Amino acid sequence: MDILAHLLPAGIAAHAPVLLVVIPLILAPIAALMPSGRIAWAISLLAAFLVAILALVLLGEVSQAGSVSYHLGGWAPPLGIEYRVDALNVPILLLVGFVGLLCTIYALPSVADEIEPGKQPMFYSAFLVCFTGLLGVTITGDAFNVFVFLEVSSLSTYALVAMGGGKDRRALTASYNYLILGTIGATFFVIGVGFLYMATGTLNMVDIARVLAEDGHSRVTEAAFAFIVVGLGLKAAMFPLHVWLPNAYAFAPNFVTAFLASTATKVAFYVLIRFLFSIFHPEVTFVAASFTWIFAVLGTVGMIVASAQAIFQTDPRRVLAYSSVAQVGYMMLGLGMGTKAGLSAGMLHLMNHAMMKGALFMALGAFALKFGVRSIASLNGLGRTMPVSASAFTISGLSLVGVPLTVGFTSKWYLILAALDRDWWWAVAALIASSLLALVYVGRMLMAIWMEEPPSHQGKAIAASTAPWAVVVPMSILALANVYFFFNADPLVHLANAAAEAVMGGR
Amino acid sequence: MSELFANISPALPIIIAGLIAAVVPNNTVRKGLALFAPVLAGLCWFNLEIGTYGVIEFGGFTLETLRYDEISRIWSLIFIIAAFLNGLYGLHEKDRVTDAAGLIYAGGALGAVFAGDLMTLFLFWEVTAISSVFLIWSARNRAATKAGLRYLAIHVLSGVLLLTGAVIHAGETGSWAFDNIGLDTPGGFLIFIAFGIKCAFPFLHNWLQDAYPKATVVGTVILSAFTTKMAVYALARGFAGEDSLIYIGAIMTIFPVFFAVVENDLRKVLAYSLNNQLGFMVVGIGIGTELAINGAAAHAFVHILYKGLLFMSMGAVLHRVGTAKASELGGLFKSMPATTVFCLVGSASISAFPLFSGFVAKSMILAAVAQDGNWLIWLVLVFASAGVLEHSGIKIPFFAFFSHDRGHRVREAPVNMLMAMGLGALLCVYLGINYGKLYDLLPYQNSIYEPYTFDHVVGQMQLLMGAIFAFAVLLRIGAYPEEKRSVNLDTDWVYRRLGDGLARWTWLMLDRLSASAGNAWGRLMSGIGGRLYQVFSPIGALSRDIPSGVLAIWTSALLAVVLIIAYFST
Repeated sequence: MDILAHLLPAGIAAHAPVLLVVIPLILAPIAALMPSGRIAWAISLLAAFLVAILALVLLGEVSQAGSVSYHLGGWAPPLGIEYRVDALNVPILLLVGFVGLLCTIYALPSVADEIEPGKQPMFYSAFLVCFTGLLGVTITGDAFNVFVFLEVSSLSTYALVAMGGGKDRRALTASYNYLILGTIGATFFVIGVGFLYMATGTLNMVDIARVLAEDGHSRVTEAAFAFIVVGLGLKAAMFPLHVWLPNAYAFAPNFVTAFLASTATKVAFYVLIRFLFSIFHPEVTFVAASFTWIFAVLGTVGMIVASAQAIFQTDPRRVLAYSSVAQVGYMMLGLGMGTKAGLSAGMLHLMNHAMMKGALFMALGAFALKFGVRSIASLNGLGRTMPVSASAFTISGLSLVGVPLTVGFTSKWYLILAALDRDWWWAVAALIASSLLALVYVGRMLMAIWMEEPPSHQGKAIAASTAPWAVVVPMSILALANVYFFFNADPLVHLANAAAEAVMGGR
Repeated sequence: MSELFANISPALPIIIAGLIAAVVPNNTVRKGLALFAPVLAGLCWFNLEIGTYGVIEFGGFTLETLRYDEISRIWSLIFIIAAFLNGLYGLHEKDRVTDAAGLIYAGGALGAVFAGDLMTLFLFWEVTAISSVFLIWSARNRAATKAGLRYLAIHVLSGVLLLTGAVIHAGETGSWAFDNIGLDTPGGFLIFIAFGIKCAFPFLHNWLQDAYPKATVVGTVILSAFTTKMAVYALARGFAGEDSLIYIGAIMTIFPVFFAVVENDLRKVLAYSLNNQLGFMVVGIGIGTELAINGAAAHAFVHILYKGLLFMSMGAVLHRVGTAKASELGGLFKSMPATTVFCLVGSASISAFPLFSGFVAKSMILAAVAQDGNWLIWLVLVFASAGVLEHSGIKIPFFAFFSHDRGHRVREAPVNMLMAMGLGALLCVYLGINYGKLYDLLPYQNSIYEPYTFDHVVGQMQLLMGAIFAFAVLLRIGAYPEEKRSVNLDTDWVYRRLGDGLARWTWLMLDRLSASAGNAWGRLMSGIGGRLYQVFSPIGALSRDIPSGVLAIWTSALLAVVLIIAYFST
């Protein structure tokens, strides 16, 4: 870990928190001005690469110091804006940074295929803005700043989703719906922050927590709590606030889906944890009640219902989108247990799910490069036509089910252990039932891929081929990570435990 | 050579072969695997020594994957033999799905038999459930697809019950060991139900008659060998001496007799008779004495052989003629003489004729019941034995190979099928005569039993002759209406007309009863499926694209809920 902290010269490392946000932000307009998509792609790649390095440096610093606080413009909190990195958000930064890097590599062939050349520089620019927003939400220690970055990322996401309209006009309505609901969510969130400001007179998260601990809660903070939970729940696609997600994922460009599925809802979920555990206290009565009656209940229902919905979908991307909603249910359930073990299991599942869904959507994108994939039947026989992508899809699909030898098993295992610890038998039953439903929807796609006849042209089977390297490399890395982190589970488990420890202390 | 295979789970080569077969496009390679893997498993089996191996530590759990003791010894051997015979029987078929699923299924069943703890048992329990459903689906028609889904649903339910029960059981006793569980705890009860589903207890049995006859020719043969016998093994481990099993088993032996007699599809007749045979084993386990457990084990062993043989012969008929319906078959002994002979050997075995394998096993269970002094159960079992002869011993070969010649002139079954049936038949006769070999494998060697005593043989022959006579009578009054028309009705009107009417009415009612039971089940299932589709499908209530205004209202509704909870919890 020490090596990581000294990856960069001390002068730069001292400003790592702000550079993490500023680099993609500055590169975004530059990318927009570029004449061709390839140059804009190179700029995005540079940004993603630097962010990944900076995230590693921050990981090193956090593991040494416990937390890093950066005062923007030298103004000390609570008046100035503070960027704060601790064990809870450093895994998210790493996740966004590395998945962002892998997705950017993957973007080259995928974007070239799906977006018209004239719009590609703008497209990459929008991606960088979204990237900035997600990083900003994660790193900031200021409640209002969260709202700003949340809007930065959301507005650019609407644009990115709408870019799928070149292929399928339904992307436009999907994006519009997402816009309306996302705005409602953001509004709710900012209303909640406003209430908090009213009650405490400060916007710095640490400071709010301090004032709340000293002065206690009132009806105002209860209202703030409700608004923030619903607002963030919407952004995190918590069941039943998920309705925007399936269409947005199904009709966005493949690259956008792969990136959003493995980062956007995760970041919103992180903010939720931050507010529930660091700002509001899990031992406050109404917070504790919301764990059991809101998060555990909705998480469990979402887990089952969304999985059942996934079974009946015909478009593989919608299948995976509904599955994402179900996976958010797993994380909510972990959070709703209100114990350190539960939160840690939820965090672990968050990271693992990013690996699975990233690889799955990339593989679907690889199929889409060669064959239009609009229904499960169009996956028929691709195991023989595109063996590499099909294998990656299979590995991560099995991981999604939670088959042993993949990370999906690890995190479900920890979730079950946490539920047993709490004596929540029904949660164990729901976890298993939902995994079996996952087996059905994943199995349906795997059966089409491996068991059916391969696609043919004029009676002759199409020769086997591989996707471009820029697809194969990141996809394989993510798929193999699903297996690697099963056998070497310690690093991720350690990150998740440290995150839970950071917000829950010794409890 | 022998060290190479020392204490390796025989399940391993078979499962690995199945996984390889799933991705190998070359048919010859897959068939080689299907034959070679059971041989390799057999080598592993011969090199096993009593003890527990293959212990894997995982996430705070100790998984015992290879517990080789007196009970798992006999079950694992017969599963390996069955896997080999099935591989041989399916040699002509070019179907990757069946090959892979059949091997993984057999390996999963072996793994379950070797499981030393409930977690391992659960894992393999699920492996068998999921792999076996592909054997049904590979028939590739609508009926099979739907039956497969129903089959999968109930078996997954069994797995969930098993895991839940195991977790509760472990929570109460502090041990995950798969030993005697008992019905004292709620966990034990759930596990009991889980086993009961797989073992086709009354009212939990419908999946069997529903799904097995709808699988492919080879698929049905494979299916008939493993799932239910694995459940019998699990019961013998976990619930030996559980009194309620005696009555459950007795009911299992009785009720399928009626259904089997009226059923027209001969493969379905065999499915019912499978249920009846399981009943004998369940009774043996319920009694729980050493002799009774020995009897159940021996019965499971020989049962897999002769039931497989019967399914194989009906499969051969289906393969050649294209139907297995009694009403469309008959006179096949001319064109399929070898199959006829093998089927007769299977029939003689299942009916427990002396010198055939069924006799040496079934008489042991009857003796154990007699020893236990439960004469009611003993009578039930004797009656059920007569019923077995009626539907499996006589009906199957009679309607398929003799009876009316329907003019089918087909070729004899393929060579590989004949070889598989021949081997099975050979074993049936061999074990019936040289029964010492079978008895050497039994769990309790202290319990000596001698099948060929004067009263055993005479008693059994009386029963068999009586049953054959009854069949002849039944044929006269029910099965041959056209022959009856020529009979002159005179003073015998009373018993002819009335007796005939009564018999026909009873048959009709039983027929309707079974049909409407089947229909009601099917309606219920398709009703549930349709309702689920209405709710969840892309055009369903929950997945339709909803106007964003409505969604906004829902968001506010959730806000209200959270507010209320926050408000009232302080």
